[in-house]
Amino acid sequence: MNLAEGVQIVSFGILGVMMIVTALGVVLLPKIVHSAFLLAGVFISISGLYILLNADFVAAAQILVYVGAVNVLILFAIMLVNKQEDYSELPGRRLRQVSTAVVCFGLFALLGTMVLATPWSLNTTSPAVIDNTIVALGEHFFSDYLLPFELASVLLLMAMVGSIILARRDLIPESSSTPGTVTTKLTLPERPRELASLSGDSDRQ
Amino acid sequence: MQLEYFLLLAAALFCIGIYGLITSRNAVRVLMSIELMLNAVNLNLVGFSNYLDPSNIRGQVFTIFVITVAAAEAAVGLAIVLAIYRNRNTVDMEQFNLLKW
Repeated sequence: MNLAEGVQIVSFGILGVMMIVTALGVVLLPKIVHSAFLLAGVFISISGLYILLNADFVAAAQILVYVGAVNVLILFAIMLVNKQEDYSELPGRRLRQVSTAVVCFGLFALLGTMVLATPWSLNTTSPAVIDNTIVALGEHFFSDYLLPFELASVLLLMAMVGSIILARRDLIPESSSTPGTVTTKLTLPERPRELASLSGDSDRQ
Repeated sequence: MQLEYFLLLAAALFCIGIYGLITSRNAVRVLMSIELMLNAVNLNLVGFSNYLDPSNIRGQVFTIFVITVAAAEAAVGLAIVLAIYRNRNTVDMEQFNLLKW
């Protein structure tokens, strides 16, 4: 990193504060759409922190995959399950939130003391920073991490097939096709929406 | 710049993720909290790769793998949420007690 030390510290402070504030907004805001948009802020500030840590390819992949794919996927899921639902009040919920906050703060204190107390073996003698991380990552992927790389591709294929199977609507048998709908060769054999909602209501009873 | 700053920031993000995972009632928000925790782990990995292993960056390789698994997890998790919403007509986590007791 060929920035001055002061510039690095100032940008680290800005990115860190932005990340913590947007993460708290993701968790605490009442409307889910606002927290989905703030999640993009978390991802972008983490990408800036990666750039501070000399990881330029990972920063680009973070923006591409998280902001471009995962966040858009979450927004689509919010659109599909968009229902203004006022949750029924549960007894002891406030107590549960407070105890969870106490436990999380205790965990943070534990991790903080561990981080500050551990003598990290920093080798400050040879700051041989790789200036082209893409070449180094590619060499790692195709030499000593070849098997996990291929397994990751199989995992992505499995996730794609599994999510399609989980998220599609149920098939209807051929005999009970409703007469009102026009069926062409391109029509997917699926249950109509109102039937699906009706059966969902009946399942709930 | 020191390693401890990044580790403290990642620890804070992880704890926020755990708090959201436990207390939120919307199922989509639970998935968002899981993404927050995975990002905290990624920040740890990249920090260690920069400060402790700068010559061959193995931490960044693992970060790429974690990003891959997180993308797959988000797709499958949102599909599961969609299927549950279609069956139960709610996304309240307190009502998903099919396997409880």
